[in-house]
Amino acid sequence: MTPRRRRMVMVALIVLGVGSAAAFALTAFQDNLLYFYSPSDVTAGKAPTDRVFRVGGMVPEGSFTRAQGSLEAHFILTDYAHEVKVSYTGVLPDLFREGQGVIARGRMGADGVFVAEEVLAKHDENYMPPEVAKTLKKQHEKPTNSGPLPTT
Amino acid sequence: MWLWFHKLSSPPYAYRTAGLVRPWLFWPAVVLMIVGAIGGLLLAPEDYQQKDAFRIIYVHVPTAILSLSIYTVMAVGAAVGVIWRIKLAHAVAAACAPIGAWFTAVCLATGSIYGKPMWGTWWEWDPRLTSELILLFLYLGYMALRASFDDTQRADRASAILAIVGVVNVPIVKYSVVWWNSLHQGPSISKIAAPSIAGSMLWPLLVMLLAFALYVGAVVCDRLRAEILRRERNASWLSESVA
Repeated sequence: MTPRRRRMVMVALIVLGVGSAAAFALTAFQDNLLYFYSPSDVTAGKAPTDRVFRVGGMVPEGSFTRAQGSLEAHFILTDYAHEVKVSYTGVLPDLFREGQGVIARGRMGADGVFVAEEVLAKHDENYMPPEVAKTLKKQHEKPTNSGPLPTT
Repeated sequence: MWLWFHKLSSPPYAYRTAGLVRPWLFWPAVVLMIVGAIGGLLLAPEDYQQKDAFRIIYVHVPTAILSLSIYTVMAVGAAVGVIWRIKLAHAVAAACAPIGAWFTAVCLATGSIYGKPMWGTWWEWDPRLTSELILLFLYLGYMALRASFDDTQRADRASAILAIVGVVNVPIVKYSVVWWNSLHQGPSISKIAAPSIAGSMLWPLLVMLLAFALYVGAVVCDRLRAEILRRERNASWLSESVA
């Protein structure tokens, strides 16, 4: 084996070794790396009960209510399989609205309502002018209204 | 091909070539940047849900893509330098690091400015954001490691190992939004089907990407020339060309 070949093997081994180490570490800590839980995870009891965690999902149409004269808001988060009720007091981000994906950070209350300390709006990877969005929406509504919306 | 490769790896030839190529990268970059800025800021329509705020992607996305590409070039340069003992390859890797670090920093800064109005937060320990931050630390670590050696050859070899080890982070950044739940949305341009961005918004982005890439090329040429001068300061070809 020439020295050059040996160095080539060495570089390949470094990349392979560090790569597999990183892959093992990332799979081992999969649960800790989980940025947010889905409503299905929460109803299945996978989410922690004793500490703060995040739930991410869509806010379905017609689920948002705000108490008169206060900042307390109630809404539902869904992944179109299960739902989680959320309450939040504070200012919501500009992109927050029904039909939008959001991520809430907080704790599960004893009554099964998730009490959020922070609500973040997620936006999808689609960028289009408003007119296009309008036409797309019309086309989407016409044929069937029962199918689930594409999740973000 | 091999002959050309050997010729290019000689410092005087590379020094001259980089000087010749540089204006052909720099001036098109300036022109394309102006075109892309006009296209992105004035001609492109506003987004259906993010309104005008989405326009920051014309800086954010090119710097993000290039922060990864520059790192890959740097790591390949370092690997070539280690395997074939080509000093010029180490010089290329060293020339890539500062601009790569800058692009990563700009990507993080614009992302933060973008995140506040859209998501409602400056920073989240989300997989995409965290791995991009690690990328910045890899660049900074690489530069710090190089600076800590007086001997250029030892600096080359030590920093090359760091660059090669750090390359595992590149796919992690790229696929973080696919592998894990993330606040950051998925990829828009590189989707195999149609890109999920309207054509009128896409072309300025591609123009900007090309402009930034050419600009990186010009900066790397400059830095490479400076790096060659520093390394070859005692060489006879330099004193001859100066005299």
